[in-house]
Amino acid sequence: MNSRDSEILTMNCSDSEILLNALIDGELDAGHARDVEKHVAACPTCAAKLTEFREMHDAVSGAGLKMAAPAHLRSRIEKALPLPSARVVAPRKFLQPSRRSFFGGFAVGTALSAALAASLVLTVVGTDQQQTIANEVVSAHIRSLQAGHLIDVETSDQHTVKPWFNGKLDVAPPVVDLTAQGFRLLGGRLDYIDGESVASVVYQRRKHIINLFVAQRLGASHASTRIEAIQGYNVRHWSEAGLDFWAVSDIAPDELNEFGQMMVAALHPAGSS
Amino acid sequence: MTGDDNGERDRARRFRDAALPYLDDVYSLARYLMRNPADAEDAAQECYVRALRHFDSYRGPEMKPWLLTILRNVCNAEFARRRKQETPTDFSEQETAAEELPIWQEPTSSPETTMVRRQDDDTIRRLVAALPQPFREAIVLREINDLSYQEIAEVAGVPVGTVMSRLARARSMLRTAWNGAEGATP
Repeated sequence: MNSRDSEILTMNCSDSEILLNALIDGELDAGHARDVEKHVAACPTCAAKLTEFREMHDAVSGAGLKMAAPAHLRSRIEKALPLPSARVVAPRKFLQPSRRSFFGGFAVGTALSAALAASLVLTVVGTDQQQTIANEVVSAHIRSLQAGHLIDVETSDQHTVKPWFNGKLDVAPPVVDLTAQGFRLLGGRLDYIDGESVASVVYQRRKHIINLFVAQRLGASHASTRIEAIQGYNVRHWSEAGLDFWAVSDIAPDELNEFGQMMVAALHPAGSS
Repeated sequence: MTGDDNGERDRARRFRDAALPYLDDVYSLARYLMRNPADAEDAAQECYVRALRHFDSYRGPEMKPWLLTILRNVCNAEFARRRKQETPTDFSEQETAAEELPIWQEPTSSPETTMVRRQDDDTIRRLVAALPQPFREAIVLREINDLSYQEIAEVAGVPVGTVMSRLARARSMLRTAWNGAEGATP
């Protein structure tokens, strides 16, 4: 047992409430989440507290406390905002907030737009739906780091992982061995994002876990690759061949980007069309 | 039509597209802060009118916390106005007292009775509504508006550490109140 482990076991229980709640809220990075979970596993008092806090979280978040604004309020506000036209506001699901106007401001030529699409665009605007999915992807990543949830099929052999998904999903996720490049293949897992079954191919970089979620198009498609930070995790999203890829990890953005590029490169070996 | 008019319309349209999808979030927080539907509606409307006025200074990236910050300011201004008119009720004392209590208190009931029953949504709603303001605000921003700790800190204008302890305390208070409510039910 190293010094880090013994430090965890003596974590001060009287101060643990805040950490337990942060764990429930998915606000701890992977390392701290593991530390707290280790402590909880060894400490019945904190385990009981965690259960109670989690029950309250579940009760409140599951109680449907969000209220729909009454229709008359919506029309009142619409009237109060100066726009006399009879424009119909699209349902939220289909809203693409100002993405077009955001990019419309640039005179993007054909050659340039192709370059833009291929390059990494650090995006700060996202659609509602994309943001929701990105958040769900991060939650799924965090859930997977909790003991026993990471891998359904454990192997470093890509030829074991890929067939395992057969019949479990309506897509065949590409499984690529990147061990030589420093990303060890750990295995695969079924997960759920936005109510859909998705594949997760799990890699490891040093001590860091990378979940690569693969699904048929989740939400609105977009051509550009983007990388963003959510709750302290980095998320790289790209689309390819009708599939959506989300790589999530606590490794640095440039490393995660490197991972994504290797993945893309491996799927398009030089010389193939 | 002049270019300025076009610009103004475009701005208003962009504002609607960006801000109206969050009306349910704004309204829900308003209900829990103002505690009654009529005041909540007034606050939500005032929030949107103010937000449009300040839309030029909005730099993103997140629209939802930005709107909720404005809403919170609207509600606080309304409370300040009422305090001037009426006999002051000092909530701050009550809140300070709550901040000083230990977060965790040993359960007074057996484990079986602490099992939370999902169907008791009304009870949960009542218990959340009964929390002192800073805790109510934190729990609503987290559980209903789904904001991150950092976003809650920005909306409430307090450090992240304060958000963390308020949330821990809010859940603890809810649990204690829930156990009490459970005990009272035959």
